[in-house]
Amino acid sequence: MELFNSLWGALPAELQYLVWTLVKIVVIVLPLMLIVAYYTYAERKIIGYMQVRIGPNRVGPKGWLQPIADAVKLMFKEIVLPTKANKLLFVIAPVITLGPALAAWAVFPFDEELVLADINAGLLYILALTSVGVYGVIIAGWASNSKYAFLGALRSAAQIVSYEIAMGFALVGVLVAAGSLNLGDIVKAQEGGLFSWFWLPLLPLFGVYLISGVAETNRAPFDVAEGESEIVAGFHVEYSGMVFAVFFLAEYANMILISALTALMFMGGWLSPFHGWPLLGPLFDWVPGFFWLVIKTAFFMFLFLWFRATFPRYRYDQIMRLGWKVFIPITIVWIAVVGLAVVYQMPWWFD
Amino acid sequence: MKVLRNYLKSLFLLELFRGLSVTGRYLFRKKFTVMYPEEKAPVSPRFRGLHALRRYPNGEERCIACKLCEATCPALAITIEAEPREDGSRRTTRYDIDLFKCIYCGYCQEACPVDAIVETRIYEYHFENRGENIMTKEKLLAVGDKHEAQIAADIEAQAKYR
Repeated sequence: MELFNSLWGALPAELQYLVWTLVKIVVIVLPLMLIVAYYTYAERKIIGYMQVRIGPNRVGPKGWLQPIADAVKLMFKEIVLPTKANKLLFVIAPVITLGPALAAWAVFPFDEELVLADINAGLLYILALTSVGVYGVIIAGWASNSKYAFLGALRSAAQIVSYEIAMGFALVGVLVAAGSLNLGDIVKAQEGGLFSWFWLPLLPLFGVYLISGVAETNRAPFDVAEGESEIVAGFHVEYSGMVFAVFFLAEYANMILISALTALMFMGGWLSPFHGWPLLGPLFDWVPGFFWLVIKTAFFMFLFLWFRATFPRYRYDQIMRLGWKVFIPITIVWIAVVGLAVVYQMPWWFD
Repeated sequence: MKVLRNYLKSLFLLELFRGLSVTGRYLFRKKFTVMYPEEKAPVSPRFRGLHALRRYPNGEERCIACKLCEATCPALAITIEAEPREDGSRRTTRYDIDLFKCIYCGYCQEACPVDAIVETRIYEYHFENRGENIMTKEKLLAVGDKHEAQIAADIEAQAKYR
């Protein structure tokens, strides 16, 4: 310990800062990867249960080692490069999808003070990064030199760009209500119990955000980019082995990110649902905020799986109709409503 | 009015919520999956699985090489050659069933006048080498000898329906 301290002190301040930041990044990313692994397991189990099946239960006790086995299998598989594929883009594409899904966590506040980079433009940063993720899908479809992959890429490009707008507008509502782009401040603006969170005054935006979130992550019922019944597997038909696994990782990391953001922006992040209530409030004061955040995020993650088990895939023109003709008008109207509520300091939420 | 109602219905996602409630209910339904290698699904006495040739209680093989099974086999999976034995009785020298050709219709068992060829309730078998799919007379008799009690019980159980 003595030795470690003296070594640490000998490092220049910039290097200390760098190492310390790297450690923090690892502390965020490693558990995230583990959650992704077990999210796939949870998905198979829950969807299985909803279909009156049991799901994976062979590898390890109750199938708990299944994700590990899947990962090991994918690691040992060959990465097949299609002939005439653009090799550089082909390999870079999955990284482009995964990168933003992980980088977005940098501004995410896990608790009042627990945030890697407490920047004021947090919401903008997240919007920007989640949009970059599409490029991975488009590049993958293009670089594969395959018709199906290209179709998938086109579909996902059109779909994600459409839903980005609705999603952005929903977030505009949030930032009007909170009066800040800083994610921590957005949570602080929701200070109070279950009914003072933004989900109630921004209910339509909450719904729009959640559904656009599902569309953004290319999940059922909006998974036309994959569309296994129409275009085989869409943009990642040609991917195998580890590069495919990275796509998979990115998809699930994105789902977790969207769930966590929904919890943050509409469900009061780390706030206790009984905050400030007369009797229950003090009773739950000892529970750390991080715990509430995890509970809320887990709920939305469960919703993603529930949707997938329930809804059939949308037809493509219906997706476009929903995005442009339903969500965008709803959000615009509600932004106006929220604006009025804030200006006239409507009681309960904005006074 | 109807248009308005439909509009509100779709705007508030009512049908989608109903769908969610269905799957939500099924999440807690009792699962009736049979955990195969540990548990096994019940098998009917009429089950048509692996073939066997039977013997009489005194050890004499039942098959008299009448070739009715060979004739009735729709998949031409059975090959029989026969000649008189030293004691003059008519017996097969070769009785092969190609399990790759066999469609497990059970006609051979139905055609057999002496209940010699039967399809047992065995369904767990596999081949590891080329040629193992041909069930020779020795192999068929061995299966019959090994599972005679079960075979006899199954035939007894369905005798009244024949």
